[in-house]
Amino acid sequence: MNDQDAKPGQDIDVAYVARLARLQLSDEEVATFQGQLGDIVEYIRKISELDLSDIEPTSHAHPVHNVTRKDGVREGLAHEEVMANAPSSRDGQFIVPKIVE
Amino acid sequence: MTARQTVKNSENKNPKFDVDYRVSIGLEVHVQLKTQSKMFCSCSTRFGAAPNTNVCPVCLGYPGAMPVMNADAIRLTALSGLIIGASISGYSKFDRKSYFYPDMPKNYQITQYDMPLCLGGGVNVDMQEGSKFVRVRRIHLEEDVAKNMHFSSSSGVDFNRAGVPLMEIVTEPDMDSPEEAYEFLRALKQMLLYGGVSEGNLEEGNVRCDVNCSVRPESSEVLGTKTELKNLNTFKGVLNALKYEVQRQLDVVVSGGTVGQETRRWDMDKGITYAMRSKEDVHDYRYFPEPDLMPVALSAEEVDIWKNTLPEMPRERHRRLVEQYSIPDYDAGVLVADKDVADYFETAAKLSSNPKAVSNWIMTEMLRLLDEAHREIKGTLVTPRSLAKLIDLVDAKTIHSTAAKEVFAILFNGGGDPETIVKERGLAQVSDTTELKKYITQVISENAKSVEDYRRGKKAALQFLVGQVMRLSRGKANPSMVGEMLTSKLTDS
Amino acid sequence: MTSNASFENRLPTVTEAVKQLVAGTCTSESLVEQVLAEIRTRDDALNAYRTVDESSALEQARAADIARQEGRQGRMLGVPVAIKDVLNVQGQTCTCGSKILESYVAPYDATAVAKLREEGAVFVGRTNMDEFAMGSSSENSAYGVVRNPHQHDCVPGGSSGGAAAAVAAGEAICGLGTDTGGSVRQPAAFCGCVGLKPSYGRVSRYGLTAFASSLDQVGTLTRSVRDAALLLGIMSGVDSMDSTSLDEPVPDYTAGLKEDLSGFKIGVPQEYFTSGIDPEVENAVRMAIENCAKIGAEIREISLPHTEYSVAVYCVIATAEASANLARFDGVRYGIRDEDADDPVEMYRRTRAQGFGAEVKRRIILGTYVLSSGYHDAYYLSAQKVRTLIRRDFETAFDECDALLTPCTPTPAYRFGEKVDDPLQMYLGDLFTVTANLAGICGITLPCGYTGGGLPIGLQVLGPAFKEENILRVAHAYEQTAAVGKS
Repeated sequence: MNDQDAKPGQDIDVAYVARLARLQLSDEEVATFQGQLGDIVEYIRKISELDLSDIEPTSHAHPVHNVTRKDGVREGLAHEEVMANAPSSRDGQFIVPKIVE
Repeated sequence: MTARQTVKNSENKNPKFDVDYRVSIGLEVHVQLKTQSKMFCSCSTRFGAAPNTNVCPVCLGYPGAMPVMNADAIRLTALSGLIIGASISGYSKFDRKSYFYPDMPKNYQITQYDMPLCLGGGVNVDMQEGSKFVRVRRIHLEEDVAKNMHFSSSSGVDFNRAGVPLMEIVTEPDMDSPEEAYEFLRALKQMLLYGGVSEGNLEEGNVRCDVNCSVRPESSEVLGTKTELKNLNTFKGVLNALKYEVQRQLDVVVSGGTVGQETRRWDMDKGITYAMRSKEDVHDYRYFPEPDLMPVALSAEEVDIWKNTLPEMPRERHRRLVEQYSIPDYDAGVLVADKDVADYFETAAKLSSNPKAVSNWIMTEMLRLLDEAHREIKGTLVTPRSLAKLIDLVDAKTIHSTAAKEVFAILFNGGGDPETIVKERGLAQVSDTTELKKYITQVISENAKSVEDYRRGKKAALQFLVGQVMRLSRGKANPSMVGEMLTSKLTDS
Repeated sequence: MTSNASFENRLPTVTEAVKQLVAGTCTSESLVEQVLAEIRTRDDALNAYRTVDESSALEQARAADIARQEGRQGRMLGVPVAIKDVLNVQGQTCTCGSKILESYVAPYDATAVAKLREEGAVFVGRTNMDEFAMGSSSENSAYGVVRNPHQHDCVPGGSSGGAAAAVAAGEAICGLGTDTGGSVRQPAAFCGCVGLKPSYGRVSRYGLTAFASSLDQVGTLTRSVRDAALLLGIMSGVDSMDSTSLDEPVPDYTAGLKEDLSGFKIGVPQEYFTSGIDPEVENAVRMAIENCAKIGAEIREISLPHTEYSVAVYCVIATAEASANLARFDGVRYGIRDEDADDPVEMYRRTRAQGFGAEVKRRIILGTYVLSSGYHDAYYLSAQKVRTLIRRDFETAFDECDALLTPCTPTPAYRFGEKVDDPLQMYLGDLFTVTANLAGICGITLPCGYTGGGLPIGLQVLGPAFKEENILRVAHAYEQTAAVGKS
């Protein structure tokens, strides 16, 4: 957890996080969200009030184990149907702007 | 290249660097498991299908799609762990690893982060200097990404491969040289092939490697800065890339520089590695437990049942072949190095009364011809049965070895039956003493000098005379019989 | 308590419709025509439907009538259903209230939808919603806001605001919604109809565009508790396509509906009556609790001590899962795409910027943040641990109670614009509903009164996981006494 003295909203760097999430934001949006999310992050800190030292986290509300399926092939989607939803395609492939590595 | 690189002071201007260097290499090997369907959906994993024809909402990352685990992929991963002596986790789970890329249908990959299926284990690598145990840190299960193709001004994505079950085997940085890494991969491949876990077919992209390596002075306990080479998909590629990279790092260090921690790519055509342009910061994968999948709990009993289904591993097979077929250790080693070859050997050996001969034929003629023709032993036209028959013919002295080689070559290229081929081509050697006597008599009379030489003690003269009988008989005479008959005739008279 | 609505709901309930269809007193075609006529009259004002395909609906209805003549059986044969725009229905668009999916056509049925289809249901139209189910007011839709049928300048609740408004206003006989933090129950409370959230894992999520994978459930919007029981019975059951659906038996949920509650132990959690609750809401709910006591229920005060952390925990977990679930919307395989980008990264950033609304962006950013390096343990991991405490609170409560009674919301429906720019205030309004999603238990809301201004007030019944029969029993019994709804 970060510095307890930090002012609310200073923990979250909206511009940085938006880049991680591949979201382009306008300067105005960054400013607005910084304020709103800052308040929310400040509120969320409530949970640090509790002593959680011996508590297991809940990943599943009703956990069971080994939910699997037998290996076997079933028909998927028809190629034409898949391509019909594609914003851009050629020769059966989804086309995107050139990937440079 | 040896494991230890001694850098002589004369090679550089800095006296500080008169030291030996050690190399540390670690591998992350991605192996496609031998399942019919994908890891989280029932689409086919069959190679070579037309783009985007083995797809469904799940492996395309459609809204509302959900993953369901392939039970066989779990079993095969556990088997792989057993094969390398790892411990199989009683409890493991899947996690989401978030990053954005066109080959990612969901822009997160379902993988295993902190609770993988297998931990520990390792592979014995046989090098000239001896056997080395390379430790494995973990094996986990994940889904493969789609395939990108690059065109001049755009890229194309084919999701047929997206979702294929991948087993990731992470080693400790125990390998000391590129050669050791290469042998590790070969040994690993054979073990997985033997285990029926993977096809190990490199052309189909069944096995891909990420490699990391570093160098450090001999005296240092701490590993040097490592670079990572990503996505090498041939074993030779791994070998050559590592050879280059190790030398590059040594050159950097020796000239007083420091190796940067970076990801590099291997350019096969130019034979160099180059740093990748990293446009962004180090990845923050934001791992968290996959909410759509339930954890995997494996009982000791279940694992034991799987253990008993394990086929024989190369080392065991080696021992057994020596024992069961009375062949030398060396032969067994050559044969088990490739499972298909070992299978072929046993099939033929069971049909033959001379397993040693079977082994010889495989090690010499068979492997040589296969190599020249760039073919695999699977599907060879020299069936195990015909090889066994051929050996019988030689042992019965119906043909001798030169003729047999000719027959083998004919079988290799066109198949058939050895006996028929011998008859058709009149390759049967003459063992009839009456006929042989005729040849011998003629040769003796025509080669008085050699006869003299032999009687005077020149053993080599006998070979010459045998050779003359062979020539006269157009190669058909039984050479050992000829030798015997000549010897007795010359000694007698 | 009779309806205060200034409009008359002229449609039958599902139960009544089925009776009429079986008896032959109406046809599916006439029934669907009636629904379509109501939509034509009312929906311009409400915008509850995002799209209606009249010809397809009538075609399905006619086919159902023919099937019935041919002897085909089906528990929903010929009955029209409205589907929240977040569920995949084969051949239909599925926008999830978002611009980013405006062109996406679903190639498959969600399992819940398929089960209704198998029973002969007719799909009449897709209802409007908060974008990607993120919201409590249906103000966050890319296809216009939805209006509360009782007061057009008030929100209908969300995110299933369209479905709830349509059912309450008499533009739909029943509807499917989804509930992640209250998105079925809260709009049902605001609009004055019955909203059911099954236990987590009761109904398959396959084909439900995921918002928060460990919290989402398909739910029902109906005019009666019996209708909810009927739909629940059809949709429940384990699904091989959803690993989180549980293999629990599906009872006949309509069989256990009785008119008294003798022997029933009902808990009233004190934390749900804290300050901040509207006095009219509290009054109506307390009266409802009294009514339940009158018909035999044993009421007891209980405590759910970790209630106050619920919204904080929900904010962390729901947004974290959402940030990953919405990463797939990138313009590569379906949906809209920004055509001007030079490389894929730029394409993603611009496509998502153009395609997502403000609330969705906020939640993605928050969710990404709480999972990010350096913050994961403090926020995400901690929230998962507090979630365990919240679950345990309910387990303890259900050790001694068969069900709990609470208000559904602290206030009745509010005016447009009141909270949309203050996200934290919006989230705090979900305090009484997020708890059920976090604990994975079941809950149902039904009307228990009206404010002086004529806005509905919702009573919530919470029950143990996979004990929907408990909450249905309580809700039905109360419903009959209050004569608020129809049977």
